[in-house]
Amino acid sequence: MRRRFGLTPTVLLLIGAVYSLLPVVWVLVAATKSRAELFSSNAFQPGTGLWDNLVELTDHRDGIFWRWTLNTALYAGVGALLSTMVSAISGYTLAKFRFPGRNLIFNLLIGGILVPSVVLAIPQYLLLAKVGLADTYWSVLLPGILHPYSIYLARVYAGAAIPDSMIEAARIDGAGEFRLLNRIALPMMVPGLVTIFLFQFVAIWNNFLLPFIMLADDRKFPLTVGLYTWLATGANQPALYTLVITGALISIIPLIALFLTMQRYWRTDLTSGAVKG
Amino acid sequence: MPYLFLAPAMALFVAFFAVPIGYTLYLGTRGTKVSGLGLGKGSRREVSVGFDNYQATLTDHEFWAGWLRVLGYGVVVLTVMLGLAVLFALLLDSAHARLKRVSRIAIFLPYAVPGVVASLLWGFLYLPSLSPIHAVLHWFGLQANLFDPDVVMFSMANIAVWGGTGFNMLVLYTHLRSISPEYYEAARLDGASEFQIATRIKLPMLVPSLILTTVFSIIATSQVFTEPMTLRPISNTISSTWSPLMMVFTQAFKNLDLYSAAATSIVIAAISLVLSFGFLRVVRKRAFSEES
Repeated sequence: MRRRFGLTPTVLLLIGAVYSLLPVVWVLVAATKSRAELFSSNAFQPGTGLWDNLVELTDHRDGIFWRWTLNTALYAGVGALLSTMVSAISGYTLAKFRFPGRNLIFNLLIGGILVPSVVLAIPQYLLLAKVGLADTYWSVLLPGILHPYSIYLARVYAGAAIPDSMIEAARIDGAGEFRLLNRIALPMMVPGLVTIFLFQFVAIWNNFLLPFIMLADDRKFPLTVGLYTWLATGANQPALYTLVITGALISIIPLIALFLTMQRYWRTDLTSGAVKG
Repeated sequence: MPYLFLAPAMALFVAFFAVPIGYTLYLGTRGTKVSGLGLGKGSRREVSVGFDNYQATLTDHEFWAGWLRVLGYGVVVLTVMLGLAVLFALLLDSAHARLKRVSRIAIFLPYAVPGVVASLLWGFLYLPSLSPIHAVLHWFGLQANLFDPDVVMFSMANIAVWGGTGFNMLVLYTHLRSISPEYYEAARLDGASEFQIATRIKLPMLVPSLILTTVFSIIATSQVFTEPMTLRPISNTISSTWSPLMMVFTQAFKNLDLYSAAATSIVIAAISLVLSFGFLRVVRKRAFSEES
């Protein structure tokens, strides 16, 4: 059958694309405007202040913005890595071992999906405050490591990707369980684990509530909380608006870059639950 | 050995899920008792207050007003976001559309933008002094304040729709790609148009993924926090208790009343569970009656 060119479907898709790109294009243009141009010139007309804005962003409070960027990379990178490791080992174990309590443990862990973050955040803060960890890097890193949904995905993926015969063969050859995990199971799970890592990375990078509650010292802020505080101050001090806009642009560049390069690894069939075993 | 492998997950589960949940339930039943003038050490004691905090939450007018706002917001977000996600997924999967790769990447892109930054960008786009939206409306002879109390809910829903459509679209699209093309070929031979294939075959097959995305969207919208919190500094039309979750935050960190905050968060959790299970029940009932 010959493919016909469908004007309506294509136009509808393009409208969707324009709507999705509009704010991103706007911030790209707005970041080039000086303070005066921001409120006076046409919204999509480039300005002349990009360099000054970047200098100001770097100078403001001794470059705290770049510190926030590093913090965010640290929280998201280390957090997602630890989270992926825990999910991988748990998922593999739940998929490939038969042992008493397996279903109970799985159901307990999965039940965590249904617990709203709000119920957890405040008591997590109080408990971490009790052991002296509130307002530390740990307070943002630790609560995010266990991610029930990732464990579920890892289990589904391990079940589909690792043949039982492979495990048996390795055991007969005398491989210990740790060796089996490191040399056979985890390498076979890598494509699925990349997806889990990416989703976790984005989730932590975008998180606001947890660091907002946990942190008081602005030198430990991630970008989301930092930009929020600037915006909140900017209401009384519109001079900060150009900083907020330039900062917002820079804060989304790494993630968009990651997103565009890693695009083919976003295996959403893992997340749609439509994986075939 | 399996227990050893599961030990890290279980330890984290106990420390960051089980204990906090238990602690929240306990805190919800506690309160401060002030003796004497409330001065000096020991004049404020923590005591059990039974279900008083829960009762206070459940009878709080502002709490239910918050839910009503979130309900309106949630209905708009769920219908528009999932409607658009289905539409775009079907368009991407249709044989006729062009420029599919570019559109797919563009529509998924907002997923990479943090909620705070998305709210911040749209917030600026809504500001009358900056907004191209106002300029366009003005062009058509219309004037609207996008932060007007009657409008702000839609302005906020737009941010959630913008941020969430692409992800849901991709989940649904991936599902569509996994369906065997034989179904469509058979339908084409029977003379079905692309539109009929989309509505009569693809759409019904999407239902399981659609249910999943709906449940997750219900949980997410019932806990809306980042968007109203970020828009607050720009607009004075959003109160500190606009959404139920903002109320918990205000109780805990502005009023320093952790007991009320604990009780309120338990009630919110219960309501979002009821909403998502309720949805699942309704859906299952309908699915059954259609089959029989």
